Amino acid sequence: MTIHALMPRQADTGAAAQAPPRAAAPSGSVSIAIAGSGGSGVMTAGALLLDAAARAGLYGLMVRSSGPQIRGGEAAALLRLAPAPLDALDDSFDLLLAMDWQNVNRFADEIVLRATSLVIGDSDEATIPEVFASSGARFLALPLKKMAKAIPGSWANMLTLGLAGGLLRIPESALEAALRASWKRDDAGLQANLAALRTGLAEAAKIEGVGGGAALPAAKPASGRRWLISGNEAAGYGAIRAGVRFVAAYPITPATELLEWMAPALAKVGGTLLQAEDELASVNMIIGASYGGVPSLTATAGPGLALMTEAIGLAVCAEVPIVIVDVMRGGPSTGIPAKSEQGDLSFAVSGLHGDAPRLVLAPTSIADCLATTQWAVQLAEALQAPAIVLSDQFMGQSRAIIDRPPDAEDHAAPTTARLTVAANVPDYKRYRDTGSGVSPMAIPGTPGVVYTADGLEHNEAGIPSSQARDHLLQLDKRARKLASYHYGSRWADIEDAATQGSDAAVITFGSVTGTVREAVARAAAMGVHVRLIALRLLAPALPELFAQALNGVRQVFVVEQNHGAQLYRYLRAMIDLPGRPASFHRPGPLPLRPAELTAAIVEWQRARTPEKELA
Amino acid sequence: MNDAASPVALLTAANYKSATKPIWCPGCGDFTVLSAITKALASLQLPPHEVAVVSGIGCSSRIPAYTACYGFHGVHGRALAAGTGLKVARPDLTVLVTGGDGDGYSIGGNHFMHACRRNVDLTYIVMDNHVYGMTKGQASPTTEPDWDNKLSPGGTGIRSFHPLVIALAAGASFVARAFAGDPNATANLIAQGIRHPGFAFIEVLSPCVTFRPEQREWKQHVHAAPVAPTDDAARAARRIMTDDGFNIGVLYAGNRTPYAAHCGNTAHSVAGLEAEFEL
Repeated sequence: MTIHALMPRQADTGAAAQAPPRAAAPSGSVSIAIAGSGGSGVMTAGALLLDAAARAGLYGLMVRSSGPQIRGGEAAALLRLAPAPLDALDDSFDLLLAMDWQNVNRFADEIVLRATSLVIGDSDEATIPEVFASSGARFLALPLKKMAKAIPGSWANMLTLGLAGGLLRIPESALEAALRASWKRDDAGLQANLAALRTGLAEAAKIEGVGGGAALPAAKPASGRRWLISGNEAAGYGAIRAGVRFVAAYPITPATELLEWMAPALAKVGGTLLQAEDELASVNMIIGASYGGVPSLTATAGPGLALMTEAIGLAVCAEVPIVIVDVMRGGPSTGIPAKSEQGDLSFAVSGLHGDAPRLVLAPTSIADCLATTQWAVQLAEALQAPAIVLSDQFMGQSRAIIDRPPDAEDHAAPTTARLTVAANVPDYKRYRDTGSGVSPMAIPGTPGVVYTADGLEHNEAGIPSSQARDHLLQLDKRARKLASYHYGSRWADIEDAATQGSDAAVITFGSVTGTVREAVARAAAMGVHVRLIALRLLAPALPELFAQALNGVRQVFVVEQNHGAQLYRYLRAMIDLPGRPASFHRPGPLPLRPAELTAAIVEWQRARTPEKELA
Repeated sequence: MNDAASPVALLTAANYKSATKPIWCPGCGDFTVLSAITKALASLQLPPHEVAVVSGIGCSSRIPAYTACYGFHGVHGRALAAGTGLKVARPDLTVLVTGGDGDGYSIGGNHFMHACRRNVDLTYIVMDNHVYGMTKGQASPTTEPDWDNKLSPGGTGIRSFHPLVIALAAGASFVARAFAGDPNATANLIAQGIRHPGFAFIEVLSPCVTFRPEQREWKQHVHAAPVAPTDDAARAARRIMTDDGFNIGVLYAGNRTPYAAHCGNTAHSVAGLEAEFEL
């Protein structure tokens, strides 16, 4: 077995009944889907429900899912709420609220129901589609739109919000505060929708609770400071925290919100965002700005990253720090623009011509989008190299209630600032061959140290050269500065506190980390203990640190969300993995589910029991 | 150059030249354009370290390293993008963008149009020789349709691109034509372009004596524009479309407000941005 691929067919994804018991989940949680045609207000209702849950002291997240249409089409807000922080969706949904059924059947694979689920639809719409009815879920028809119509000026989605909030036992005061805080129209409209909200709450009181009658776990009072934030916002804020003051970018789904958040935020702190004519321009603009001494960033998705590759090579050769956040979506080509996939990894780690060392990082959660983007900027600046941050649609466009990330810097790390040169340094050479490989950079405006930054191979002074010895010297220097840097402990999250003595490790990266962590915990509850290694720094590959992380490990299982097992193949090429490495890889856009991963981990470990006994 | 004892010493053109020897063929028009750039900078007495020269790829794009200014030699066609980013991030610098007709009008054509309409305070100097010289003689966007070459035997059959009219249509606020054979007049036009607030486009007829030896004749054709510059873009466009292609001088000078970065004050603290996430 070299690749152990589990490729569930559509029907398999609904197989939560065969999954480990819910009690194995790390904490009680409730999952809610609000679906309907685009424009029916499902995203607003979902966002307000999440906000109200936050006000009630809960944690949770909301994932956005929509079809390819700009307006109209189908839309679903997928929520999961719990008394503790969450980074992943659950296997199935306890409650589905359908504003209407137009094309909502397209979510059949995403909104998995069980016999204990509750589905509420509008009694004036067509009945529940067979794809949902076949789950055996309880179905309740209510005249949602008629009830809203009876309150002039109110919207059916606010009535639905009241219904959902009531069924989840979220206090009326929290729901009302969320609605009031978001309201930007006249008071008459607010009063009408507050009335609709209360009507929904009253209707919910008549309905038997969700999740087989179990109420949402009692909310703990909030401790410390908590945030409501999306991964795109967190990445943008992390960039500003690290000193980014210039952004040039071209709009692209699902990265646009990162840019739309940064535009006004940058202006507030003395920076600026420029909308470029295309991605070729945006990446070259940030290279120009960074050459000028201003930490710079762009954000894009796979198609934009593809256009940027030539210039990323320029940033390697001319040693100009830049950061590119790639909010990954389904690929190749235009692919599935509004849905998630981890398909750009191979491209990010190897997609440049020539020998071109670059940094590639990936956040491990919505909250971690902040710290990882901040670190990416610091590394790019310190190493005068391009850094690619692999976020994705799941993290970027989802909103989560998180504990405020600590400000703490990694004090063990070397300097995170750009090394510059003072004025009038005699015999200044921009690309001097230093021990660390990092050479002091002259910032335009500094007298006596002028130079020309060049994408042509050059000698130490920056003069173009096609001589073998200059080429080798600069190739060595550019590789050495990334390979010899002390990255500290942040390169990976290694979680083995509860699995001491286990000789098995699951390796993953990016947005699926939360799901993998949950599966590892469920497997542990079933007596199968494995170490979790979630990579944050993907390139350069760090064989020595990896060897430490894998100390005592005899077999690894690589988990990722793409079709080609890209992380698995990359690690097999770069790292001396023990035993017979196994792979779990499934493409987007369906999220990996904790139950399928738990089953896969348990099966993987049970399958090797004879081997262990043999040894 | 950094002689602190004589702060009043005037900078001369020589102060803007580096020791690096150009790779150009003897007789190339680009030598005199380099000379004109250094003369223009000297005439404005701009400290060399406060000037950045940004380019893409091609014979003329080698210019940055031949100056004593900060230089940036990037990838093919993206000089205007790099220069735009630099100028917007560092408005205190004087930014010149240089290159050829292939770099600016073909692979970089989209950036050319958008740089004109964005109107960032840059000076864009294009050394137009109607040929790709570095790759040894292929047709460029400004090449005549019947010019025979190895890649397009018998000519491309495609009418040539009119950069000055395109620039006007796209909103450039300063448009001039220069001739490399007259470095003093070219220096004067470049200096005017640098002084002009906003995007200044200077198309320099710069002969390629190796692949287009017939361009040696240009010196017999060029002449000063017979009329004064206009601030009426429609009139300028009509003149340019009907002239003989050898009118030298400022052909249009408008007064559009240059691009201003949407850059607020720095009074807001970074931590203050957290307020919107806070519950």
